[in-house]
Amino acid sequence: MGFERSDTTGGQNTALALKILVAGGFGVGKTTLVGAVSEIRPLRTEELLSEAGQTVDDTDGLDHKTTTTVAMDFGRITIRAGLSLYLFGTPGQDRFWFLWDELSQGALGAVVLADTRRLEDCFPAVDYFEHRSIPFVVAVNCFTGARAYGAHEVSRALDLDRGTPVVLCDARDRDSGKEVLVRLVEYAGRMHTARLLDSVG
Amino acid sequence: MTHDTADSGPGPGQEQQGSRWYDADAGPLVRPYAMTGGRTTSGPSGVLLDLIALVTLDANAPAASEESLFGPEHRTLLSLCRTETQSVAELSAGADLPVGVVRVLIGDLLEAGQVTVAHPVPPAQLPDEKILREVIDGLRAL
Repeated sequence: MGFERSDTTGGQNTALALKILVAGGFGVGKTTLVGAVSEIRPLRTEELLSEAGQTVDDTDGLDHKTTTTVAMDFGRITIRAGLSLYLFGTPGQDRFWFLWDELSQGALGAVVLADTRRLEDCFPAVDYFEHRSIPFVVAVNCFTGARAYGAHEVSRALDLDRGTPVVLCDARDRDSGKEVLVRLVEYAGRMHTARLLDSVG
Repeated sequence: MTHDTADSGPGPGQEQQGSRWYDADAGPLVRPYAMTGGRTTSGPSGVLLDLIALVTLDANAPAASEESLFGPEHRTLLSLCRTETQSVAELSAGADLPVGVVRVLIGDLLEAGQVTVAHPVPPAQLPDEKILREVIDGLRAL
Protein backbone atom coordinates (compact mmCIF):
# COMPACT_ATOMS: atom_id res chain seq x y z
CA MET A 1 0.00 0.00 0.00
CA GLY A 2 1.22 3.43 -0.87
CA PHE A 3 0.24 5.38 2.19
CA GLU A 4 1.40 5.21 5.73
CA ARG A 5 -0.15 2.98 8.27
CA SER A 6 -2.71 4.86 10.25
CA ASP A 7 -5.21 3.37 12.58
CA THR A 8 -7.65 6.11 13.25
CA THR A 9 -6.88 9.69 12.44
CA GLY A 10 -6.24 10.79 8.88
CA GLY A 11 -2.58 11.57 8.59
CA GLN A 12 -1.05 13.60 5.80
CA ASN A 13 -0.48 10.65 3.52
CA THR A 14 -3.67 8.77 4.09
CA ALA A 15 -6.38 8.51 1.53
CA LEU A 16 -8.89 11.32 1.74
CA ALA A 17 -12.56 10.87 0.98
CA LEU A 18 -15.17 13.61 0.74
CA LYS A 19 -18.90 13.18 0.89
CA ILE A 20 -21.55 15.03 -1.09
CA LEU A 21 -25.26 14.40 -0.63
CA VAL A 22 -27.83 14.51 -3.40
CA ALA A 23 -31.26 15.29 -1.99
CA GLY A 24 -34.67 16.19 -3.36
CA GLY A 25 -38.14 14.81 -3.79
CA PHE A 26 -39.08 11.36 -5.01
CA GLY A 27 -38.41 10.81 -8.71
CA VAL A 28 -36.62 14.10 -9.25
CA GLY A 29 -33.53 12.38 -10.66
CA LYS A 30 -31.19 11.88 -7.71
CA THR A 31 -29.93 8.48 -8.80
CA THR A 32 -29.77 9.70 -12.40
CA LEU A 33 -27.48 12.54 -11.37
CA VAL A 34 -25.30 10.24 -9.26
CA GLY A 35 -25.05 7.81 -12.18
CA ALA A 36 -24.23 10.54 -14.72
CA VAL A 37 -21.13 11.75 -12.90
CA SER A 38 -20.00 8.59 -11.12
CA GLU A 39 -17.14 6.55 -12.52
CA ILE A 40 -18.75 3.42 -11.17
CA ARG A 41 -22.25 2.20 -11.84
CA PRO A 42 -24.32 3.55 -8.94
CA LEU A 43 -24.13 1.09 -6.10
CA ARG A 44 -26.82 0.42 -3.58
CA THR A 45 -26.32 0.11 0.11
CA GLU A 46 -28.99 -0.78 2.60
CA GLU A 47 -29.64 0.16 6.16
CA LEU A 48 -32.00 -1.82 8.33
CA LEU A 49 -34.72 0.27 9.88
CA SER A 50 -35.05 -1.82 13.02
CA GLU A 51 -31.49 -0.92 13.92
CA ALA A 52 -31.68 2.84 14.22
CA GLY A 53 -35.34 3.51 13.69
CA GLN A 54 -37.00 1.69 16.53
CA THR A 55 -38.32 4.84 18.09
CA VAL A 56 -39.10 6.48 14.78
CA ASP A 57 -40.90 3.64 13.12
CA ASP A 58 -42.94 2.27 15.96
CA THR A 59 -44.41 -1.00 14.87
CA ASP A 60 -46.97 -0.94 17.67
CA GLY A 61 -46.69 -4.25 19.39
CA LEU A 62 -45.59 -6.07 16.30
CA ASP A 63 -42.61 -7.24 18.29
CA HIS A 64 -40.13 -5.99 15.69
CA LYS A 65 -41.05 -8.68 13.26
CA THR A 66 -40.92 -6.22 10.42
CA THR A 67 -37.56 -4.97 9.32
CA THR A 68 -37.74 -2.37 6.60
CA THR A 69 -34.68 -1.71 4.54
CA VAL A 70 -33.84 1.74 3.29
CA ALA A 71 -31.79 1.85 0.14
CA MET A 72 -29.25 4.53 -0.62
CA ASP A 73 -27.65 4.81 -4.02
CA PHE A 74 -24.16 6.13 -4.24
CA GLY A 75 -21.36 6.75 -6.70
CA ARG A 76 -17.69 7.64 -6.66
CA ILE A 77 -15.40 10.05 -8.48
CA THR A 78 -11.66 9.58 -8.08
CA ILE A 79 -9.92 12.94 -8.29
CA ARG A 80 -6.47 11.39 -7.95
CA ALA A 81 -4.91 8.51 -6.09
CA GLY A 82 -5.82 9.08 -2.47
CA LEU A 83 -8.53 11.70 -3.07
CA SER A 84 -12.03 10.66 -3.94
CA LEU A 85 -15.50 12.08 -3.85
CA TYR A 86 -18.50 10.00 -2.82
CA LEU A 87 -22.01 10.99 -3.83
CA PHE A 88 -24.97 9.72 -1.84
CA GLY A 89 -28.55 9.91 -2.95
CA THR A 90 -30.58 10.50 0.21
CA PRO A 91 -33.64 8.37 0.87
CA GLY A 92 -36.67 10.30 -0.32
CA GLN A 93 -39.28 9.49 2.29
CA ASP A 94 -39.63 11.82 5.25
CA ARG A 95 -39.70 9.03 7.77
CA PHE A 96 -36.08 8.24 7.01
CA TRP A 97 -34.83 11.62 8.19
CA PHE A 98 -32.76 10.01 10.91
CA LEU A 99 -30.54 8.58 8.19
CA TRP A 100 -29.88 12.06 6.89
CA ASP A 101 -28.27 13.05 10.17
CA GLU A 102 -25.73 10.32 9.82
CA LEU A 103 -25.22 10.93 6.13
CA SER A 104 -24.74 14.65 6.52
CA GLN A 105 -22.22 14.34 9.31
CA GLY A 106 -18.94 15.55 7.90
CA ALA A 107 -20.41 16.13 4.46
CA LEU A 108 -18.71 18.69 2.28
CA GLY A 109 -22.07 19.85 1.00
CA ALA A 110 -25.28 18.91 -0.73
CA VAL A 111 -27.06 19.21 -4.04
CA VAL A 112 -30.80 19.75 -3.72
CA LEU A 113 -32.42 18.64 -6.94
CA ALA A 114 -35.62 20.47 -7.81
CA ASP A 115 -38.35 20.04 -10.38
CA THR A 116 -40.19 23.30 -11.08
CA ARG A 117 -43.44 21.42 -11.67
CA ARG A 118 -43.44 20.40 -8.01
CA LEU A 119 -41.03 22.71 -6.33
CA GLU A 120 -42.53 22.05 -2.91
CA ASP A 121 -41.01 18.56 -2.93
CA CYS A 122 -37.59 20.04 -2.24
CA PHE A 123 -38.67 22.34 0.63
CA PRO A 124 -37.79 19.81 3.36
CA ALA A 125 -34.29 19.30 1.96
CA VAL A 126 -33.69 23.07 1.68
CA ASP A 127 -34.88 23.52 5.28
CA TYR A 128 -32.74 20.68 6.50
CA PHE A 129 -29.47 21.97 5.06
CA GLU A 130 -30.20 25.60 5.95
CA HIS A 131 -30.81 24.75 9.59
CA ARG A 132 -27.65 22.75 9.87
CA SER A 133 -25.53 25.27 7.95
CA ILE A 134 -24.48 22.65 5.45
CA PRO A 135 -23.46 24.32 2.17
CA PHE A 136 -25.84 23.39 -0.63
CA VAL A 137 -26.74 24.38 -4.15
CA VAL A 138 -30.17 24.01 -5.70
CA ALA A 139 -29.95 22.24 -9.06
CA VAL A 140 -33.09 22.59 -11.15
CA ASN A 141 -33.46 19.47 -13.23
CA CYS A 142 -34.84 20.78 -16.51
CA PHE A 143 -37.21 18.02 -17.56
CA THR A 144 -38.29 18.28 -21.15
CA GLY A 145 -41.74 19.77 -21.34
CA ALA A 146 -41.45 21.47 -17.97
CA ARG A 147 -41.92 25.20 -18.23
CA ALA A 148 -38.54 26.83 -17.90
CA TYR A 149 -37.98 29.20 -15.03
CA GLY A 150 -34.88 31.26 -14.50
CA ALA A 151 -32.49 30.58 -11.64
CA HIS A 152 -33.52 33.86 -10.04
CA GLU A 153 -37.22 32.95 -10.03
CA VAL A 154 -36.47 29.60 -8.40
CA SER A 155 -34.27 31.28 -5.81
CA ARG A 156 -37.10 33.67 -4.93
CA ALA A 157 -39.73 30.95 -4.88
CA LEU A 158 -37.63 28.93 -2.45
CA ASP A 159 -36.79 32.02 -0.39
CA LEU A 160 -33.15 31.00 -0.38
CA ASP A 161 -30.53 32.77 1.66
CA ARG A 162 -28.59 35.29 -0.35
CA GLY A 163 -25.64 33.61 -2.02
CA THR A 164 -27.07 30.09 -2.22
CA PRO A 165 -26.37 29.14 -5.83
CA VAL A 166 -29.16 27.95 -8.13
CA VAL A 167 -28.02 26.02 -11.20
CA LEU A 168 -30.13 24.84 -14.11
CA CYS A 169 -29.07 21.35 -15.09
CA ASP A 170 -29.88 18.16 -16.92
CA ALA A 171 -29.37 15.33 -14.43
CA ARG A 172 -28.77 12.85 -17.25
CA ASP A 173 -25.89 14.83 -18.69
CA ARG A 174 -22.40 14.22 -17.33
CA ASP A 175 -21.03 17.69 -18.09
CA SER A 176 -24.09 19.32 -16.62
CA GLY A 177 -23.74 17.22 -13.46
CA LYS A 178 -20.04 18.05 -13.21
CA GLU A 179 -20.86 21.76 -13.40
CA VAL A 180 -23.34 21.39 -10.53
CA LEU A 181 -20.66 19.72 -8.40
CA VAL A 182 -18.06 22.36 -9.29
CA ARG A 183 -20.47 25.11 -8.21
CA LEU A 184 -21.11 23.28 -4.95
CA VAL A 185 -17.44 22.77 -4.11
CA GLU A 186 -16.69 26.43 -4.94
CA TYR A 187 -19.55 27.53 -2.71
CA ALA A 188 -18.49 25.18 0.10
CA GLY A 189 -15.01 26.68 -0.13
CA ARG A 190 -16.41 30.22 0.13
CA MET A 191 -18.56 29.28 3.14
CA HIS A 192 -15.56 27.65 4.78
CA THR A 193 -13.42 30.75 4.32
CA ALA A 194 -16.20 33.03 5.57
CA ARG A 195 -16.54 30.96 8.73
CA LEU A 196 -12.82 31.06 9.35
CA LEU A 197 -12.86 34.85 9.03
CA ASP A 198 -15.86 35.05 11.37
CA SER A 199 -14.10 33.00 14.00
CA VAL A 200 -11.06 35.28 13.82
CA GLY A 201 -12.97 38.57 13.82
CA MET B 1 -27.16 -14.27 -1.22
CA THR B 2 -28.65 -17.63 -0.66
CA HIS B 3 -32.28 -16.75 -1.36
CA ASP B 4 -31.58 -16.31 -5.09
CA THR B 5 -31.55 -20.03 -5.67
CA ALA B 6 -35.17 -20.27 -4.67
CA ASP B 7 -36.15 -18.49 -7.90
CA SER B 8 -34.97 -21.29 -10.15
CA GLY B 9 -37.63 -23.67 -8.89
CA PRO B 10 -40.77 -24.65 -10.77
CA GLY B 11 -42.80 -21.84 -12.29
CA PRO B 12 -45.87 -20.25 -10.74
CA GLY B 13 -48.70 -22.66 -10.21
CA GLN B 14 -46.47 -25.69 -10.15
CA GLU B 15 -44.86 -24.81 -6.87
CA GLN B 16 -45.48 -27.09 -3.98
CA GLN B 17 -47.48 -25.60 -1.20
CA GLY B 18 -45.31 -24.25 1.54
CA SER B 19 -42.30 -23.62 -0.64
CA ARG B 20 -43.26 -20.09 -1.59
CA TRP B 21 -42.38 -18.36 1.61
CA TYR B 22 -38.68 -18.19 0.85
CA ASP B 23 -38.74 -16.42 -2.50
CA ALA B 24 -36.71 -13.28 -3.16
CA ASP B 25 -39.49 -10.99 -1.91
CA ALA B 26 -39.48 -12.68 1.45
CA GLY B 27 -35.93 -11.47 2.02
CA PRO B 28 -32.84 -13.36 3.04
CA LEU B 29 -33.21 -16.66 4.83
CA VAL B 30 -30.58 -15.71 7.34
CA ARG B 31 -31.46 -12.80 9.57
CA PRO B 32 -28.81 -10.14 9.00
CA TYR B 33 -27.56 -9.85 12.54
CA ALA B 34 -27.16 -13.62 12.78
CA MET B 35 -23.92 -13.00 10.88
CA THR B 36 -22.66 -10.82 13.70
CA GLY B 37 -23.71 -13.17 16.48
CA GLY B 38 -26.48 -10.77 17.36
CA ARG B 39 -24.19 -7.82 17.95
CA THR B 40 -25.26 -4.45 16.61
CA THR B 41 -22.30 -2.36 17.72
CA SER B 42 -18.71 -2.92 16.81
CA GLY B 43 -15.90 -3.71 19.19
CA PRO B 44 -14.94 -2.09 22.48
CA SER B 45 -13.77 1.03 20.63
CA GLY B 46 -17.41 1.64 19.74
CA VAL B 47 -16.57 4.22 17.09
CA LEU B 48 -19.32 4.48 14.48
CA LEU B 49 -17.73 3.92 11.10
CA ASP B 50 -18.75 6.55 8.59
CA LEU B 51 -20.07 5.39 5.22
CA ILE B 52 -16.94 6.83 3.62
CA ALA B 53 -14.46 5.54 6.19
CA LEU B 54 -11.80 3.79 4.08
CA VAL B 55 -10.84 0.22 4.88
CA THR B 56 -7.43 -1.10 3.84
CA LEU B 57 -5.87 -4.50 4.35
CA ASP B 58 -3.16 -4.28 6.96
CA ALA B 59 0.13 -5.27 5.37
CA ASN B 60 1.36 -6.41 8.77
CA ALA B 61 -1.69 -8.57 9.39
CA PRO B 62 -1.27 -11.83 11.25
CA ALA B 63 -0.77 -14.93 9.12
CA ALA B 64 -3.54 -16.06 6.80
CA SER B 65 -4.43 -19.02 8.97
CA GLU B 66 -5.98 -16.55 11.38
CA GLU B 67 -8.53 -15.73 8.74
CA SER B 68 -10.09 -19.12 9.09
CA LEU B 69 -11.32 -18.04 12.50
CA PHE B 70 -13.66 -15.57 10.82
CA GLY B 71 -16.99 -16.29 9.20
CA PRO B 72 -17.57 -16.31 5.44
CA GLU B 73 -18.84 -12.71 5.52
CA HIS B 74 -15.61 -11.55 7.14
CA ARG B 75 -13.67 -13.30 4.41
CA THR B 76 -15.84 -11.70 1.73
CA LEU B 77 -15.01 -8.26 3.13
CA LEU B 78 -11.30 -9.10 3.26
CA SER B 79 -11.29 -10.26 -0.35
CA LEU B 80 -13.07 -7.07 -1.44
CA CYS B 81 -10.37 -5.02 0.28
CA ARG B 82 -7.68 -7.08 -1.40
CA THR B 83 -8.18 -5.42 -4.79
CA GLU B 84 -8.23 -1.85 -3.51
CA THR B 85 -9.07 0.31 -0.53
CA GLN B 86 -12.83 0.28 -0.03
CA SER B 87 -15.25 2.61 1.68
CA VAL B 88 -17.76 1.15 4.14
CA ALA B 89 -20.53 1.95 1.62
CA GLU B 90 -18.73 0.08 -1.16
CA LEU B 91 -18.15 -2.92 1.10
CA SER B 92 -21.84 -2.97 1.97
CA ALA B 93 -22.83 -2.93 -1.70
CA GLY B 94 -20.08 -5.35 -2.73
CA ALA B 95 -20.89 -7.93 -0.07
CA ASP B 96 -24.66 -7.36 -0.35
CA LEU B 97 -24.90 -6.82 3.39
CA PRO B 98 -26.64 -4.02 5.31
CA VAL B 99 -24.38 -1.19 6.44
CA GLY B 100 -25.03 -1.94 10.11
CA VAL B 101 -23.84 -5.52 9.70
CA VAL B 102 -20.75 -4.46 7.74
CA ARG B 103 -19.83 -2.04 10.53
CA VAL B 104 -19.81 -4.82 13.12
CA LEU B 105 -17.79 -7.16 10.91
CA ILE B 106 -15.21 -4.49 10.10
CA GLY B 107 -14.92 -3.84 13.82
CA ASP B 108 -13.96 -7.51 14.23
CA LEU B 109 -11.36 -7.29 11.48
CA LEU B 110 -9.98 -4.09 12.94
CA GLU B 111 -9.59 -5.67 16.35
CA ALA B 112 -7.88 -8.69 14.84
CA GLY B 113 -5.42 -6.39 13.10
CA GLN B 114 -6.46 -7.51 9.63
CA VAL B 115 -7.41 -4.06 8.37
CA THR B 116 -6.78 -0.41 9.08
CA VAL B 117 -9.48 2.23 8.86
CA ALA B 118 -9.00 5.84 7.79
CA HIS B 119 -11.80 8.01 9.12
CA PRO B 120 -12.91 10.90 6.94
CA VAL B 121 -11.67 14.38 7.75
CA PRO B 122 -14.56 16.77 8.38
CA PRO B 123 -14.49 19.61 5.83
CA ALA B 124 -14.04 22.16 8.61
CA GLN B 125 -10.76 20.46 9.52
CA LEU B 126 -9.39 20.04 6.03
CA PRO B 127 -5.67 20.70 6.10
CA ASP B 128 -5.96 23.46 3.51
CA GLU B 129 -8.12 24.80 0.73
CA LYS B 130 -5.78 23.47 -1.90
CA ILE B 131 -7.72 20.23 -1.61
CA LEU B 132 -10.98 21.88 -2.66
CA ARG B 133 -9.13 23.54 -5.55
CA GLU B 134 -7.86 20.11 -6.53
CA VAL B 135 -11.38 18.71 -6.40
CA ILE B 136 -12.69 21.49 -8.65
CA ASP B 137 -9.87 21.07 -11.16
CA GLY B 138 -10.29 17.31 -11.04
CA LEU B 139 -14.02 17.56 -11.72
CA ARG B 140 -13.45 19.89 -14.67
CA ALA B 141 -10.88 17.50 -16.12
CA LEU B 142 -13.17 14.47 -15.97
